[in-house]
Amino acid sequence: MAQAQHTDTAEQNEFRAYCREWLENNHPGWPDVPLPQGALELSDPAALEWLQGWQKSAFEAGLIGCDYPSEVGGGGRENCQLIANEEMLAARTPYLPNLIGLGMAAPTVFFHARDSVKQDLLPKLFSGEEIWCQGFSEPGAGSDLANQQTFARRDGDNWVINGHKVWTTLAHFASWMILLCRTDKEDKYNGLSYFVVPIKEALGKGVTVRPLIKLTGETGFNEVLFDDLIVPDEYRLDEVGAGWKVAMTTLSHERGAGPMVTPASGGMSTKEESGVSTGSPASLIALAKTQARGGKTAADDPLLRDEIVKLIIRRQAFRQNERRARVSALTDHPMRIPLQNKLVSSELNQDVAQLAYQIQGAASSLSVADERAPDGGQWQLAYMNSFGITIAAGTNEVQRNILGERVLGLPKSK
Amino acid sequence: MSTKQPDNFGFGEDETMLRDSARKFFTDNCGADKLHALVAGDFNPHRESECNWDRDLWRQVVELGWTAACIPERAAGIGMPRVAAVALAEEAGRVAFPSPLLATFMASFVLEACHTAAADQMLEAIAMGKPVTLAIADIAGSPEEVETDVRVGADGCLSGSVCLVQDARKCDALVVSAGSETGTGLYLVDLGAEGVEIVPDHIIDLTRDQASIRFDGAAAIEVGAPGSAKAVVEAALPAILCVLSADMVGAGEWLLQTTVEYARTRIQFDRPIGFFQAVKHPLVNVMIEIDDARSLTYNAACAADVGADHALRLARMAKSRASDMAVFSASRAVQFHGGIGFTWECYVHLFFKRQMHSQTLLGDGRHHRHLLAEELISSAA
Repeated sequence: MAQAQHTDTAEQNEFRAYCREWLENNHPGWPDVPLPQGALELSDPAALEWLQGWQKSAFEAGLIGCDYPSEVGGGGRENCQLIANEEMLAARTPYLPNLIGLGMAAPTVFFHARDSVKQDLLPKLFSGEEIWCQGFSEPGAGSDLANQQTFARRDGDNWVINGHKVWTTLAHFASWMILLCRTDKEDKYNGLSYFVVPIKEALGKGVTVRPLIKLTGETGFNEVLFDDLIVPDEYRLDEVGAGWKVAMTTLSHERGAGPMVTPASGGMSTKEESGVSTGSPASLIALAKTQARGGKTAADDPLLRDEIVKLIIRRQAFRQNERRARVSALTDHPMRIPLQNKLVSSELNQDVAQLAYQIQGAASSLSVADERAPDGGQWQLAYMNSFGITIAAGTNEVQRNILGERVLGLPKSK
Repeated sequence: MSTKQPDNFGFGEDETMLRDSARKFFTDNCGADKLHALVAGDFNPHRESECNWDRDLWRQVVELGWTAACIPERAAGIGMPRVAAVALAEEAGRVAFPSPLLATFMASFVLEACHTAAADQMLEAIAMGKPVTLAIADIAGSPEEVETDVRVGADGCLSGSVCLVQDARKCDALVVSAGSETGTGLYLVDLGAEGVEIVPDHIIDLTRDQASIRFDGAAAIEVGAPGSAKAVVEAALPAILCVLSADMVGAGEWLLQTTVEYARTRIQFDRPIGFFQAVKHPLVNVMIEIDDARSLTYNAACAADVGADHALRLARMAKSRASDMAVFSASRAVQFHGGIGFTWECYVHLFFKRQMHSQTLLGDGRHHRHLLAEELISSAA
């Protein structure tokens, strides 16, 4: 039976073995400080510092930024980030704190900044020494992102920035921000420009960062105010007026549909034995077996069983779609699956956490503060936090517009 | 043999070429207008049971080598992996092709798993173009028990009846499970033989035929080892479920693309209706479900090709998602075509009815999820 075997390249094979061995010897274990479920909720400086230590060691070992060229601090490899991610996932390492930097800022800076800026900024981004945040959303520019009101006025070799950004994850720790703003009030899309902005050094001198409290009571995101902040022209990405184009590079990566694979660690916030993998439908089974229901357990309820299996199937489908997306002969439109990534994964996670409410029944009323809460109340927290992802990076309603218009060719909604 | 799946699901150059040539063949020969003229002549809901298909197209399909594609080389076939059959089934579904292709694939998967000289001999005939169908389902459509009401007499002849036989009137022979003193075995029957009566069902799907078959002392050849029906069918079931799922994927894609085209061109409130998110967003949801079903189907077929232990589990996932998608894609297509979608003259109903038929065949989504729950939830420690 003749069939072409698509397998790892020699470089990938060798790199996978290296990653596996390194992770066996260098898993950082778990910190004494509690970690939130993900980097989006980081608020304790001690937790951040511990995670930065982990990111730095993984970077120095070559597991982060593998596919970027060595001139900008990368590993100079080809298609190896995916391998490192798979191995870090398998090793259940903690998550990486600089996720906005790695997922969105790095590819945008790499594709659009001048060489000196790339060489200056990317190494410390990869290592996690400098945390990044993203200045896109504004009070009046959410789904309608191009309605930017933050304004950059040219002043010789500098730009003077005034405005108001919201939902800015990690701004309270960030050294740098990727900033989308307006440079021309007459032209909605072509009047936008894109900058990298050193916000930490300007705190109290043109930049104010104030925490916003999420519906969970956690923080992690902020509002950022600019008051005559001066930024050198060197930090502009691409041409004046090309901001929308640059923002598309950011957004395609944010939605999992860009050319660079985002470094991703195991994503575990707690030790395996005490923790809940809230993204995993299979871990719903373990929960269901512990929840009493009508003299049996929730795992014996035929309706809940059906719902659990539906989610297991959707999770498997998501993985197989990612696999099929890499085989060009099996995709009718190159962006059809990549553009579904954020939409499908965020709704799947939300549905998993929502089903955990049903499985627990009335016990789902208990919060993380109640020691009797099943699985420490983490499912309820995960459900509430899941809305962050179904809303961020363009709400899932906007994602459906994009898929309908760009992939199916339906008329534009705007 | 390694049971690790290749990244490309086993779609090498040959499989892709076969798929592309099938798509061209169907584009050239099987437009929805021709299909409608062929199968939808009589709209009377109480019409006589029909079996409308184009024998000449079937002869061409045989000449193109599709029936030989996945027959093993030991039986004079081409020996391609099961994903090749899946690709052909998907293309056939995309045009709701009335033919014995799916039934013959299913029968051949069972015969291949028999590993007997008699089964291999029939596989050779299939490679040459003999259409063969399969009867393993009980009255609820479940293929799990392989128990039928057919008994093998002391003379080796069959008596009793089987139901839900697909495309029986397009086929020459039947593989059927039947009980004897040695347990339930698999038998081959010539559908034209004495003592065999085909009793057609009146079905809604215009693109297939379905029948019960009564045996009254019909001559039969045992093609599997005595009492082996359950084991053989279980071995063949992943591929069987995959080709049926692939048919639904293809039909789903036709429904999606046809409805998208309508939504782009139908003007109401001075705009194409596809502008409205009440139409646009559900169409995106249909696309997502199709992609899920398609990837799950390739994954399960590939698992069967490499001989993975859990191929049946993966195939149940594919059939479950594909069945639910079939219902969803069909209902949205009719709904978004509005008044015209509710008429007999609109081609959508041909695919709508095929989808509603396919989703129940060999177990609907809930049936397979029930069995998956038994495996995944009850056995999890």
